[in-house]
Amino acid sequence: MALLELHNLKKYYATQKAVDDISFSVEPGTIFGLLGPNGAGKTTLLRMITGILYPDSGSILFKGEPFDAMKDVEQIGYMPEERGLYKKMKIGEHALYLAQLKGLEKNEALRLIKEWFIKLEMQSWWNKKVEDLSKGMSQKLQFVTTVLHDPKLIILDEPFSGLDPVNSNIIKEEIFKLAKRGATIIFSTHRMEQVEEICDQIVLVNKGQKILDGSVKEVKQQFKQNLFKIGLDSNTSLENSNVFEVIKENEDHSLIVKIQQGYTPNDVLLHYINQNIPIHSFQEILPSLNEIFIQLVEGTPAARQFQHIPA
Amino acid sequence: MNKTALIIKREYLSRVRKKTFILSTILTPLLFVGIIGTVIFVTVKNIRNEKIAVVDPNGILKANLEGSKSVSYDFRNDIDTSNFNTKGYSALLYPPHTGINQTNNFKVITEKSLSRFANDQIEKDIARALENNIIADSLKIDPRRIDDLKKQAELTSVESVKKGELGNSTRSDFNLASSIGYLTAFLIYITLFVYGVMVMRGVMEEKTNRIAEVIISSVKPFQLMMGKILGIGAVGLTQFLIWIVLIFGISSVMMSFIPAEVLQQVQAQGNQMSGSSAQTSEAIKTIANAQLTLSSVNWPLVIGCFIFYFIGGYLFYAALFAAVGSAVNEDAQDAQSLTFPITMPIVIAIIIMINSINDPTSSLAKWSSIIPFFSPIVMMSRIPFGVPSTVAYWELGVSMVCLVIGFLFTTWLSAKIYRTGILLYGKKPSWKEMAKWIRR
Repeated sequence: MALLELHNLKKYYATQKAVDDISFSVEPGTIFGLLGPNGAGKTTLLRMITGILYPDSGSILFKGEPFDAMKDVEQIGYMPEERGLYKKMKIGEHALYLAQLKGLEKNEALRLIKEWFIKLEMQSWWNKKVEDLSKGMSQKLQFVTTVLHDPKLIILDEPFSGLDPVNSNIIKEEIFKLAKRGATIIFSTHRMEQVEEICDQIVLVNKGQKILDGSVKEVKQQFKQNLFKIGLDSNTSLENSNVFEVIKENEDHSLIVKIQQGYTPNDVLLHYINQNIPIHSFQEILPSLNEIFIQLVEGTPAARQFQHIPA
Repeated sequence: MNKTALIIKREYLSRVRKKTFILSTILTPLLFVGIIGTVIFVTVKNIRNEKIAVVDPNGILKANLEGSKSVSYDFRNDIDTSNFNTKGYSALLYPPHTGINQTNNFKVITEKSLSRFANDQIEKDIARALENNIIADSLKIDPRRIDDLKKQAELTSVESVKKGELGNSTRSDFNLASSIGYLTAFLIYITLFVYGVMVMRGVMEEKTNRIAEVIISSVKPFQLMMGKILGIGAVGLTQFLIWIVLIFGISSVMMSFIPAEVLQQVQAQGNQMSGSSAQTSEAIKTIANAQLTLSSVNWPLVIGCFIFYFIGGYLFYAALFAAVGSAVNEDAQDAQSLTFPITMPIVIAIIIMINSINDPTSSLAKWSSIIPFFSPIVMMSRIPFGVPSTVAYWELGVSMVCLVIGFLFTTWLSAKIYRTGILLYGKKPSWKEMAKWIRR
């Protein structure tokens, strides 16, 4: 059973269809990527899932039952894109405060905070004030407060922005660990290389609508263009055959070819074998999510235009 | 623990622990007492003896012009404008040359201007002298008898007693009641502003900091708003309690430290101004009277109502301030233009209050102390005049009920604006848009 199901969610603002009829479901234990260009409606979607906003229409099922913000909020950890903390508060107290708001008992919260602070090497921070933290440090604090109460569903909106590679990796490792322990993670970003690395499932939204849904593998297969990279011994005469078309010739004697409709990679290999040309390598080129992303949202103006929504 | 209670606790502690809170709470009453002390000290110190030379060749004033502690008169005919200063006189008084009882054309010539007090004293002395002259002249009696008769008449005292208090030994005092009303109403006015703006700032901070979104994913927006309002309200109450304790404490300590002679000097001063000579027995009588009148005020009622109207008025306005805070961004000008409609009624209330304190039973006072926009300030200014003699029980009841309904309404209204506003960034919403948020 899916942990989270969205059915025909809609949320219209005065000048935008922020979320226009989006449905998808998230299986438990997966790391789920919510992708989309700026202004696609990701944040609005996430706000509805966390119960901050109510959808105009459609339904959200959490663990198979209609989502009840008051009841389910303690099983959700949400780290919004626009991060904020009380500047004047001490870090330990701040973490405790947010944990208690999530319904944790004081002693339990203290124990967990200490555990996490040790894990992320933040022990010495306890009595410092939030305003003393750098952007990356407050990011780490924010992450801790998001996952502290061991939520079933963790929603991270751009979790790595502002983090250096070392801290990025630490957080990434923790995300993997959380998923392994059974937490489901929805993770919104427009940095595709991270998605490829981390996510099992993705949904791509644009202009408030879902335009792609599936596992990373499936999506890549779906958008592959039958490109292959062939490493050859030396420069060989370029001849197009009806089997494939040479797209590009690299300096290291390798070729990028596109296999024509109706042929298989084996036909390409046969072509060279028959000519007695030695093949060093043969590799399928799958499109990167980045390319798919750009391909799909191409033509969308860089900034989303306002539209008139009749009431 | 209840989540709203958690928020209240944070809002409260984070403010009460601040150094500025501790400083302002302790320093304000000290400042208050200090200012009063300084004023008394300076006035006592500042009363100098002004020596006035009177050039009175015709003897118009000679018979009846009497000096006092602060102004003394010397009749010298050898002094004129060129040398009065060097001879140690601060002014020169020229009576008119013609007509023995002419009342105009008295001239006081000074090097630098005299204090208002001295000027008034001179005028009074001259008027008294002339008055005695005229009466003595026309009725042919001894001028000294006139003074005795006047003193006798001055002892008249009028006691205003309300019908309901006829049997009591207490006395009601209009001045006392109005100053208490003035003070308490002003306190409410100031605190409505200070704490209302504090709520607005807090909400704005949460919004621009983007922490609101984090919190709202754990609690309802309403809980966050109420937590903030109640937490800051508790800060206000704490401050009041500390002040009351401090002011009573410090002033009783101060009183025991003021040397007896200074006190006497002050009292002597007061008596002199009223024209009668200082007498110890009279001073004691005055203090006794003051105590009697102070005890005529129903203190538990005044303090109880003060706390009720502070809390009610605060809740009424704080909710509106919170709504404004949620609707604007960091732009201070946006905040200003949106707070204007909220601060307007508070200012109007103060104007009505100043009016109603002079006539606490006027229909303006009565009606505006029922309207929750004004009632905390206007009603508070009328209560010291007495319940039920000035403010009927039903008036007080209706006013209180209206205030409670009023703050429930503003809270409901603000919660709707707050819910939408706190998550909305960008330009300041128009009134029309905010009305739409309420209807949703």
